[in-house]
Amino acid sequence: MSEAKISIEQVEHVARLARLELSAADKERMRRELDAILSYIDTLQALPTEGVEPTSHAVPLTSVMREDEPEPSFPQADMLANAPDPSGESFRVPRIIEE
Amino acid sequence: MLTRLTIEELGARFRRGEATPSQAAAAYLERIGALDGRVKAYLTVTRETALGQAAEADARFAAGRPLSPLDGVPVAVKDLLCTRGIRTTCGSRILETFVPPYDATVVARLRAAGAVLLGKLNLDEFAMGSSTEHSAFFPTRNPWDLDRVPGGSSGGSAAAAAADLAAATLGSDTGGSIRQPAAFCGTVGLKPTYGRVSRYGLVAFASSLDQIGPFAKTVADAALVLGVIAGADPRDSTAVDVAVPDYRAALSGGVEGLRVGIPAEYFIEGLDPEVEAAVQAAVAVLRGLGARTEGVSLPHTRYGLPAYYLIAPAEASSNLARYDGVKYGLRAPGGRHLVEMYGRTRAAGFGAEVKRRIMLGAYALSAGYYDAYYGKAQRVRTLVRRDFQQAFERVDVLAAPTTPGVAFRLGEKTDPLQMYLNDILTIPVNLAGLPGVSVPAGFTQAGLPIGLQLIGRPYDEATVLRAAHAYERATTWHQRKPPLP
Repeated sequence: MSEAKISIEQVEHVARLARLELSAADKERMRRELDAILSYIDTLQALPTEGVEPTSHAVPLTSVMREDEPEPSFPQADMLANAPDPSGESFRVPRIIEE
Repeated sequence: MLTRLTIEELGARFRRGEATPSQAAAAYLERIGALDGRVKAYLTVTRETALGQAAEADARFAAGRPLSPLDGVPVAVKDLLCTRGIRTTCGSRILETFVPPYDATVVARLRAAGAVLLGKLNLDEFAMGSSTEHSAFFPTRNPWDLDRVPGGSSGGSAAAAAADLAAATLGSDTGGSIRQPAAFCGTVGLKPTYGRVSRYGLVAFASSLDQIGPFAKTVADAALVLGVIAGADPRDSTAVDVAVPDYRAALSGGVEGLRVGIPAEYFIEGLDPEVEAAVQAAVAVLRGLGARTEGVSLPHTRYGLPAYYLIAPAEASSNLARYDGVKYGLRAPGGRHLVEMYGRTRAAGFGAEVKRRIMLGAYALSAGYYDAYYGKAQRVRTLVRRDFQQAFERVDVLAAPTTPGVAFRLGEKTDPLQMYLNDILTIPVNLAGLPGVSVPAGFTQAGLPIGLQLIGRPYDEATVLRAAHAYERATTWHQRKPPLP
């Protein structure tokens, strides 16, 4: 039995980073599944990649510039139509500071 | 039966006045009504939109002024593509009620070409999956065997094309999500080159890999649809300004003298012997048509899948950060402060597979792991890309199986890693950004479709389609229909 790739504490840390609330049972299942996937991914470590340039996009991308011409924006009402809790011209959210 | 006709045949009937777009739309809507309760390809059927657009197309044909070869043709699109005023769910609870205020560029181009929109098609949630079982709403069924999956993530798009529930459909392919379901459903599915088709309005999964492409009854129909959706777009800087050829015209000419490479590493251990035999037979057909076939090596093939499962989840964890219950989509109740609201909303709104990939991606990007995981994967990506570059110095296209096996039963693959292995032969093409197509290449003894994958150089969809067309014309697999009424 090899050493675990990821601990419950790490799962909790990453879940906080990802803003994902997990139940205790979720956390343990997630730990087990990520552990199996990460073990498989570790097959990459056998492949030497020193001196190989990383590829971020398959097709070389250059900055595409266009004239900066103002265009009308989407109507405000359209943008608010999908909001779960609109308030006048704003998106309302719960308070930001924890108590 | 109008629903059996190819786009080319349907267009010819419209032009000759033997059928109208309204009759075609009505025929498809009737078939959807009769059959989709079993196939479950559609999440939303846009009946009124379709009939309205079809009536407009009727008038254009009556005046002898059709807009394009797609004018009046009933199509449907994966529900990952934004449609103005039409609900776009991405197969997720978190967007169950989302109604986009704009059209994806490909949807706008279909509209401008006169195509008739039948509806929105089912998918694995946010395109993460290989079976369409990860849809938050219901799984789609394989038209050849309703107890089996259609593949995924564009399972609804593949099933609809195969079952004649649309004349053609659009899907998206990040790691095989067009080609794998096309193979499972016995239809044509094309993933264009990264950058060939605008992704404006395609809800993002993994931005360095995602690409939109067509499903169709024939290669020629896929070429027609690609011609309409391809090309640069001021709203997507990754949609490059490379000339779009007349793909339909480029189909003629055959494969005499075409150099076809057979990558040894795609004939892996665990490859279904019936799939292997069918693909070898397909290679023999191409040879019989005058193609020169030779073995090639893509030595880093097996590293593609693990590299993909770092790159795609990393990009997904970033792209899906926008679903926070503020501007659109679901908000879970009871959060006492903002961060708690985020956590609860995302817990309630995302399914298990999406959560798994967000976690995997956030982990791979987190402090202390970035170089070992994400950085490493990007270097491996370079090696996979070089394999293809070297092969394409010797050959014009590559021929291989699309998938290691055929459609599996619903519920058969419960282990996430087993599900991921399904895409082992499609993922390298995404990492390298190449065009690839899956075409029907036979059936197993049990009657399940097998796909032949043809892969080409960047922006050389024309050669890939020409080879696929030549193969299709020499075989009859694409003429078989699933055992449905």
